[in-house]
Amino acid sequence: MILWWIGDVVLIAVVLPVVVYLLRGVLEAARGIVPSVQEIAKVAAAGSKDLDAAALLLTTQDQVTKTVAGVANYGGSLDVILDDAR
Amino acid sequence: MAPVIAFAAAGAVTILAVLLIVVALVFYLVSVIVALRKITAGLHEAIVGVGEIVQRSAPVNDIVTAINQQLDAGVDLLEGLLVKKAGMSDAVGLVDGLYAGAATAGFRNFPESPTVKAPRIGEVYTRGTLTLARLGREAPIAGASPNGPVLRNVEGGSLAARELYPEIRQTGPEKLARSPVIGADAPVQYEQREDIGAPRKRLPSRS
Repeated sequence: MILWWIGDVVLIAVVLPVVVYLLRGVLEAARGIVPSVQEIAKVAAAGSKDLDAAALLLTTQDQVTKTVAGVANYGGSLDVILDDAR
Repeated sequence: MAPVIAFAAAGAVTILAVLLIVVALVFYLVSVIVALRKITAGLHEAIVGVGEIVQRSAPVNDIVTAINQQLDAGVDLLEGLLVKKAGMSDAVGLVDGLYAGAATAGFRNFPESPTVKAPRIGEVYTRGTLTLARLGREAPIAGASPNGPVLRNVEGGSLAARELYPEIRQTGPEKLARSPVIGADAPVQYEQREDIGAPRKRLPSRS
């Protein structure tokens, strides 16, 4: 009988606080992750928007190709009209 | 009777304790589940954003590589043309004049270029003058030695450039010499040679 009471006391005075303490720790950790994840989601969305201009690289590539071709034409012309160094 | 009541009381306390523990478990576990669902939703948004980033940045590598190849070809072309037309020494000097310190790096396709001592072309000539000097090699500016003193003060305006040419007008003389009269009736005949007007010399006949 006495052991039963001792078990009850241990259950209420030790086990219950330990369970509450551990579960509260888990809950606080989980709640601490939420704002971080939301910030990550915002940053990912902003990063995706920042890459909207990536499609313009195709235009840049085309312009660079044309520019280098023009430079090559000018270079070829200069090669013809200018003497080589002695 | 008393022992039965004592047993019942102990059992009731046990049940109450277990009930409290279960309530605590339910409360905190449900709270954790709610938090994990928020985390899941946030991660889903993040994954969507990251997926868009990956999708949009996928062709960047190839495009930038192609652009770099084109630019490399352009640089190779211009370097080769410059060295071919100006010569290694003047080419290094010109580049070093335009971009101070570039001579130490040299040209990419000419490993010997970093060892070439760069003449001070950038200080002596304006940017376009070198080209003009190359076009007309007899121009006086092209004959100046790059090892000599600086001919043109890059901060001093155009007078230094004008002084590269013969002294006539740049110092602002009060009266310039009149232009010479030329022609057959001119008072002064240039190229005064005795053989002009004289009978033509007959060369000995070849035998």
